[in-house]
Amino acid sequence: MKAYAGKILIVDLSRKSFTRIVLEEPVAKSFIGGTGLGIKLLIDHCPPGIDPLSPENPLILVTGPTSGTIIPTGGNGHCFLAKSPLTNGLGQALSHGSFGSELKRAGYDAIVIKGRSEKPVYLWIDDNDRKLIDAEHLMGKSTYETELAIREEIGDFSIRVASIGIGGEKLVKYACIMNERHRAAGRTGLGTVMGYKNLKAIAIRGTNNVQVGKPEEFEKFAKEIRDLAKGPATEKYRTLGTPLNVLVLNSLSALPTRNFTSATFEGASRVSGERLHAELIRKTIGCSSCPILCEHIARIDEGPFKGALSRTEFETLWALGPNCGIDRLDAIVKAIEMTNAYGIDAISTGLSISFAMDCYEYGILTKEDTDGLELKFGNFEAMLQLVRKISLREGIGNTLAEGVRRAAQRIGNGVEKYANHIKGLEMTGYDLRGLKTAALGFAVSFRGADHNRHGAYDYDLKGKVDRFSPKNKGELVKNNEDWYTIIDSLIICKFSRGLYKDTFSDAAKLYSLVTGIEMTGEDMKRAGERITNIARIFNVREGLRREDDHLPPKIMSVPIPDEGIAKGSYVSQKDLNELLDDYYRVRGWTTDGIPTIAKLEELGLTEYVDIVKPLF
Amino acid sequence: MTAKGNGQFESVGKHIVCDAEKCTGCELCVYACSFRYGKSFSSMKSMIKVVHLHPLLHLAVSCYHCKDPDCLRVCPTKALSQSEEIGVIQIDREKCTACGWCVKACPYGAMDLDADKLIVFTCDLCDGEERPVCIEWCSNEALEKGDLKTFREKVNAYIEKSKLAEYPEMKGFLNLNK
Repeated sequence: MKAYAGKILIVDLSRKSFTRIVLEEPVAKSFIGGTGLGIKLLIDHCPPGIDPLSPENPLILVTGPTSGTIIPTGGNGHCFLAKSPLTNGLGQALSHGSFGSELKRAGYDAIVIKGRSEKPVYLWIDDNDRKLIDAEHLMGKSTYETELAIREEIGDFSIRVASIGIGGEKLVKYACIMNERHRAAGRTGLGTVMGYKNLKAIAIRGTNNVQVGKPEEFEKFAKEIRDLAKGPATEKYRTLGTPLNVLVLNSLSALPTRNFTSATFEGASRVSGERLHAELIRKTIGCSSCPILCEHIARIDEGPFKGALSRTEFETLWALGPNCGIDRLDAIVKAIEMTNAYGIDAISTGLSISFAMDCYEYGILTKEDTDGLELKFGNFEAMLQLVRKISLREGIGNTLAEGVRRAAQRIGNGVEKYANHIKGLEMTGYDLRGLKTAALGFAVSFRGADHNRHGAYDYDLKGKVDRFSPKNKGELVKNNEDWYTIIDSLIICKFSRGLYKDTFSDAAKLYSLVTGIEMTGEDMKRAGERITNIARIFNVREGLRREDDHLPPKIMSVPIPDEGIAKGSYVSQKDLNELLDDYYRVRGWTTDGIPTIAKLEELGLTEYVDIVKPLF
Repeated sequence: MTAKGNGQFESVGKHIVCDAEKCTGCELCVYACSFRYGKSFSSMKSMIKVVHLHPLLHLAVSCYHCKDPDCLRVCPTKALSQSEEIGVIQIDREKCTACGWCVKACPYGAMDLDADKLIVFTCDLCDGEERPVCIEWCSNEALEKGDLKTFREKVNAYIEKSKLAEYPEMKGFLNLNK
C-alpha cells in the first residue's frame, strides 16, 4: 500500500527500548489512520481501568494516509491519544502544521509511547535512528523555547518539534502538546500524560519520499481540490477566520457570556472578528500544503501587552473573553499567547477561570481563597494572573488546574451547578440552551463537551432545522459524527470539508488515489461508523453510561435570559431524553447508550464484543 | 572554501523570487517541485525550499542565477556551467562526482545533492515551461519570475513594514538580507 509508511514505532520509556511493528493493510483499511487508527491502538495498548497518570497509559501519536502529500490540507495533521487524566475517558486531540508530515517522512504512521522515564528526556527520531536524549536542561522552558533549543542543539533548523510547557511539567490536568509555537493538540490533557511520563518533547526529522498509489490521477484530483479551496466554500476562513463567530453567535443569542449566564455579550463588538482584523491581525498564513490560509496572526503593537503574538481563533478568544465577561482584546491575545507558552488548553483554562469568577460573584470564593484577586467577571488583570497561577499550580491555581469538575468537588458548597463541562471536559463557545441539535452532539461526543467532533451546530445556526426542538436530531448528529471522524482519520482539515461535496464518496476517491487501496463511498461511511463505535466502546470499557451523556446544569435549568428570539430557551430533561433515545436508536445502541453485539459484529468489531457482553 | 565572488548580489536572467509579504510558509511549492522531480513528495527532492524564520516571515528559496556563481567556481570537475541567456545552472551528469562542494559554496542553500542518483540538482525553471509548477501551486501568488535586486528590495520593504526589526527574537535572522 502506498502513502502509509507501513510501520509503527513502540517506545518503552521505562526500559528505554524501541520496537517496530508493521501496519497491516486490513487494519489500515478498516481504521483509515489518524483518529481511527489511534483509537484502535489505544484500546489495544491501554489496559482497562488504569489511572491515566500511570506508566501503563500509552501516549499515541498518529498521522493519516494523506500526511506528507500535496492534497490540500492533507500534509499537515497529526493526532495524539491516551486515556484522559481530565475525563478518565477517551483523550484525543488533533493539531496541524508540519509536524505530522515530518513523522510520515521519517517512516512511521504512528508512535506508541509506553512506560515512564525516570528522568526528563526528549524523543529524537531521525529517519531510522531513534534516541532518548536527556532533557533536564529544557525543563521549565516554554513550548516555543523548547522547540528552538532542540533545533539549536541538534543543529538543524528544519526539524519539527512537539513539546509540553511548564503546564505539562506541573501536571495541570488540561495541559496540551504544542508545535510550531501556537498550534495545539489542546484538549483532554494529553500534555499531562506526556508530563507524567517525563517526556518533554518529540523531535522529528524525516527525509524519505512519500509515494502515492496513482500519481497522475492523484495530482489531478489534488489540483481540483486546490482550485476549489481558493473559492467561496472557504472564503470565510481567509477573510475573518473563525472569530467571525463572535458577532454571528451574538446575533442569534448563542454566545455564552459570563460562564453561560447569558447568551449575548454587550462587549461583543469590542472583541469581534471584525475589530480583531482591523486592529491586530498582521498576516494570514496557513499550514503545510494548505491553500485555504485560515491562520490569522495577531500581534499587539502598543500598550501594556506590546509584543504579544499568537494565532487567534474563536474558541480561545471566546473562552478567555466573553465567557469571562472580558472585552479587552489585547489582554485576550496576551492570555492566548500565555497558554501557548505554558502549554495549557486555552478553552479549559478560560472555563476554569469563568467558573472561579462565578463562584466569586456568588460569594462562595472570597479574596482569602483567591490570593487577594478580585475575581469579578470582566477583570482581565485577574484573568491573566490566573492563567499563570494555573500553569504553576500556585494558590487557587492548584485547584483550578484540576478542571472544573474536580475543582467543584473540592470547593463544595453546591458549586457543581457553575461547572460547565460534559464528562469532565469543559464547554466550548456555543450556548446549547438554544441550539438543540448541537446539544445532542455535545452530549454524546466521545471526548466530552465538544463542537469539533460533529459540527451539529451547523444545522442550528444555518436555520436548516428548528433549533428549539428536540425532535428527530439523532440521524443528523450520527451522519455528521461519522463524516467528521473520517476527516480526522484521513487527517485533512475540517475547514476543507466544504470542498468534498459528496462527503464519503469524495473521501473514498481521495483514499483510493492516495493509497492505491480501492474504497467505495459505502466502505468509507462504514469506516466512519466503525470508528465512532470503537470510540464509544473505549469509553464504555472505562465505565461510561447514559448518565454521562449529560449537559451542564446551567444548560438544563437556567433559561436564556436575553431579550430576543431565544429568550426562555433551555434543554429540559425531557428534551435530553428524547434527543438521546432518538440518537441511540439510530446508532443501533441500547437505551443505555451501549453498542449491541449485533452492531459490533456488523462493523467488524467482533474482537471487542467481550467488553459489552457482561453488560447484557 | 572561500570562493566568494560578488556574484551573489546580481543575477542573470529571471529566476524564481518569493514575495516575503505574501509567502505563508505552506510549502505547496516544495511538494509540487518534488512531485515533478520524482513523482513523490519529499522535502529532500525539491529544487525549492522554504525557510520559516518567524510566524510572520516565511520565504521560499531557490537558485538565484548568480552572476559569476560560487558553485561554478568551486566545482573540481567543471561539471557545472551557466546558460548565458537565462542564467540557469546546468549540470553535466557524466562529470558530476557528487563531491558536494557546490552545495557548500552556494550562499543560498539552493544547490542540493540527490542521494539516490548521486548527482547535484538545482532549479531548472521546469526546463523552460511557461509556468513552473511552484508558481502554479503557490497558495498565495507569492512566487513569480524576477531578479535578485527586486527580490531583496521587496523583502526589505516587508521587514520594514511589518516592524519585525522591533522584536528582539528576530535579531539573528535579519542579517540574512544585508
